[in-house]
Amino acid sequence: MDGGAATSAEERTRARRTKRVSARPGGHGPRRAAHASLRLVFLLPFFLTLAGCAGAGREARTTLRFWAMGREGEVVQELVRDFERENPDVRVVVQQIPWGAAHEKLLTAHVGGSTPDVAQLGNTWIPEFVALRAVEPLGPWLAGSRAVAESCYFAGIWDTNVVDGVPYGVPWYVDTRVLFYRRDLMARAGWDSVPGDWDAWLRSMEDVRRVAGKDRFAIFLPTNEYTPWIIFGLQAGSPLLRDRDSRGDFSGPGYRRAARFYMEVFRRGLAPNVAGANIANRYQEFERGTFSMYISGPWDVGEFGRRLSPAMEGAWGIAPLPGPDGPATGLSTAGGSSLVLFRASRHKAGAWRLVEYLSRPDVQLRFRSLCGNLPARVEAWRDTTMTRDPFARVFETQLRRAVPTPKVPEWENISLRLQDKVEAMVLGHVLPDSALAALDREVDRILEKRRWLLAHERRGGPGGTGTAP
Amino acid sequence: MRKALPSLLLHAVLALGALFTLAPLLWMVSASFMPGGEANTFPPRLLPSAPTLAHYVDLFTRLDLGRQFLNSTLVAVASTLISLIVNSMAGYAFAKLRFRGRERVFAVLLAALVIPGQVGMLPLFLLLKGMGLVNTYVGVIVPFMAGVFGIFMIRQYALSIPDDLLDAARVDGAGEFRIFWTIVLPVIRPILVTLAVFVFLSAWNDFMWPLIVLSDEAKYTLPVALASLSGEHVQDTELMMAGSVLTVLPVVVLFIALQRAYIRGVMMGSVKG
Amino acid sequence: MRGSVERRQHRAGWAFVTPALVLIGVFFFVPVLAGLFLSFTDFDIYAIGRPETVRFVGLANYARALSNSLFWQALGNTLFFVLVGGPLSVVTSLVAALLVSSKLTRFQGLFRSIFFMPVVTTLVAVAIVWRYLYQPQYGLLNWLLGAVGIGPVDWLGDARWAMPAIILMTVWKNFGYNMLIFVAGLQSIPEELNEAAELDGAGGWARFVHVTLPSLGPTFLFVGVMTMLGNFQLFAEPYVMTQGGPLKATTTVVMLMYDEGFRWWRMGMGAAIAFVLFVIMLLGTMLQLRLQRERRT
Repeated sequence: MDGGAATSAEERTRARRTKRVSARPGGHGPRRAAHASLRLVFLLPFFLTLAGCAGAGREARTTLRFWAMGREGEVVQELVRDFERENPDVRVVVQQIPWGAAHEKLLTAHVGGSTPDVAQLGNTWIPEFVALRAVEPLGPWLAGSRAVAESCYFAGIWDTNVVDGVPYGVPWYVDTRVLFYRRDLMARAGWDSVPGDWDAWLRSMEDVRRVAGKDRFAIFLPTNEYTPWIIFGLQAGSPLLRDRDSRGDFSGPGYRRAARFYMEVFRRGLAPNVAGANIANRYQEFERGTFSMYISGPWDVGEFGRRLSPAMEGAWGIAPLPGPDGPATGLSTAGGSSLVLFRASRHKAGAWRLVEYLSRPDVQLRFRSLCGNLPARVEAWRDTTMTRDPFARVFETQLRRAVPTPKVPEWENISLRLQDKVEAMVLGHVLPDSALAALDREVDRILEKRRWLLAHERRGGPGGTGTAP
Repeated sequence: MRKALPSLLLHAVLALGALFTLAPLLWMVSASFMPGGEANTFPPRLLPSAPTLAHYVDLFTRLDLGRQFLNSTLVAVASTLISLIVNSMAGYAFAKLRFRGRERVFAVLLAALVIPGQVGMLPLFLLLKGMGLVNTYVGVIVPFMAGVFGIFMIRQYALSIPDDLLDAARVDGAGEFRIFWTIVLPVIRPILVTLAVFVFLSAWNDFMWPLIVLSDEAKYTLPVALASLSGEHVQDTELMMAGSVLTVLPVVVLFIALQRAYIRGVMMGSVKG
Repeated sequence: MRGSVERRQHRAGWAFVTPALVLIGVFFFVPVLAGLFLSFTDFDIYAIGRPETVRFVGLANYARALSNSLFWQALGNTLFFVLVGGPLSVVTSLVAALLVSSKLTRFQGLFRSIFFMPVVTTLVAVAIVWRYLYQPQYGLLNWLLGAVGIGPVDWLGDARWAMPAIILMTVWKNFGYNMLIFVAGLQSIPEELNEAAELDGAGGWARFVHVTLPSLGPTFLFVGVMTMLGNFQLFAEPYVMTQGGPLKATTTVVMLMYDEGFRWWRMGMGAAIAFVLFVIMLLGTMLQLRLQRERRT
């Protein structure tokens, strides 16, 4: 035993010594060859990529770059193929961007001078990109177009694209939020339809939670989305910003009333107080009855249909949102996305053709069939697929009660601050009154530059805020 | 027996430590082969029930990660080559060439070590925009060309080159550049390999700067592509794990192949103290 | 003859360093100085579209940063990471170094490489892996804890545990690096010191405290300062794993700078935050140097 151990120790030392020798600089042949071949391995992909780039540049057609977000980005690829077939001299490269990163990606692209030719833009972002002078004013293009005109669109939606009287975007699809709910559980709780006012709504939530069972909730209001908090504010009559949108109004009576309402929902345990990401799969939980109500938009009609099991068909439905004082006050956001052209684009004519194509009523309907988004074009709504669709009728009702949010470049920033404050309120870390007062202080700080520009504008200073007063 | 117990305990602790160190990486590889949805079950699985390459196929077909793999390679290789050339010349000069102002300039470079990169990030972005380099590969490579660490590493090693060797060559009439090319470079080859590995790894793994500079998906490097994917596909665990494996594999292989050079560089860095 | 050799060296010297100096000058020092200047203006999104709306505001950005509660929260989070994560990482590295370089250890090279492996892995890739490991219902970590009877912890969703979760991950990722530095330090301790102490009758622990630790003094300083500087710049881990949440519990100063500068394009403010961070890092370094000097006397 001992002899064996001694030999292996000797061997080990010998091995270590030889290793040290070969580590001397200018080592012998095999090592140098190894280094050389390693370098070749590294260089090879480099040259391959160069070759690839050179190859790509030989295209003769115009190439349009089109940025689209989320699910729309996935399905629009199909529509684009048909556009290419109709326009063989144009090639469209679609880049799909996740919503979470879209805002900063677009801004970075503009600042860095690498904007695409066409992009989908959430209509609440339009004032911001106008202030940046990033997007092309569409007046001349609309004047010369036979396919697209203001009269083709819902007035309220068109309005969100107009800044200082100039249109900057063509509405692509509209989005408004409605209530998705479990019809079967509501029926079992004694409600054959969603009530029209907040008080009754609260009562229905209590009832449906009782029916769903212990450890269940009535409604899912994720704290990492800000739209519901804005909707409740609008419903309660809050302007959200005051003084020509230069100061926050979140501690005003309108918003305080909204906050009292949704905090009450959490206080009674009717909604889980977790961020959206920690409900691993909201579709699964909706099916399981963990919650029976959920505020969402048109795309989820398709998603629910796709992700819920066949047994759930007919067990769920959508309804216009209840309002504080009855159905007429059940307002919702006039959301949606528009198609915009970028000023820096060198292919604006081709880009406009793509915009016209995507705005055709038949293409809009096809888009809807692919991802559930509602057409912005009024003509499309008269198609039988829309008039016979019960879901579409609910959205149309809600669209008539949809209102815009303040059109300031800082709106995205303000929305996220609101979201943070509500999250803190929901988790019990701060009282609503002080949270809202703090929010107003932060919003005032964010809007300071805007106030300065408005003041200068009045005195005739540098070119105005670039946003509608 | 008494000698064996501490040794046994020591190795047991080491083995446990090694297991905890490798566990996340092993799970990453295992999950990348699991059929969709299997990684999100309770109790968690350690091994795939039916190993599949579907996610890897997905990465290269549906998601174009192959393109981004090439981008990362391009950026890392270019950064390494440029860094090697620029830093070896400067490091050697600071170590062995006597020129006026050498110590003062070197002290200024020392200051650069203390300043965090983020301080200049915003203006650097605006500068690159002015030069038209935003959303280009050159724009991504630029910060690696401006690294001070490489110069230090080369200088430290080059200090040990015997002066007589260089003086003899000068007496023979050789020009400075020729001396550098034919005598110095072969002698400092080990530290060049170390620096190459360092820069390659840094460039391959870099995240924040490519995130800021690149807006074209087709130009993304792997870390940026991965982060972007994780926003969209947070539900698809197995797919994300395959993406992670693809990103991590080259640097792990490189490390294993050249670990002695790399480790030497790390340990040398501490000698200055 | 000698004069021309000197002149030739002088010219060659400058020729050799010029490429590096130009690159570093243009792409590092110039932006840093520009950043300082930017921090005294209110350069923001309006300014990008209309440069004439930029105003010189002096120290207003700094004042606003320091009076912003979110800044203090981010600073608090960052300091927590530096003051808890830093020592934890250093101690882990030291323990690993001691274990790996012990005379009893076999396969030293193998263990060293295994412990070092996480260092070379891509941060974004492993942050994603750890995000799944931390999943409350399906993650490996809670499963292991459950096996010893500890209830599930919402690692990344609970404001109390999010930063500790990130600390655990970064310790795992980085301890190998400092371990190597400690190994180098340990190897440089002369054998005679230990032997002399042993002859004097000092046991293992006493030798560790009175011989090993003091000899590692400079190594501790180096590791301490480098780790601290790196920790102050924490960005990628919270960005990928928690987006700064929950409730801003993992928002760091660099994330704030990124948000202000690249998300909201308030570049004047972003630059000011970066400089405040720089000053804090400088103070931290000086503090460590002072402590080390005092420990020696």
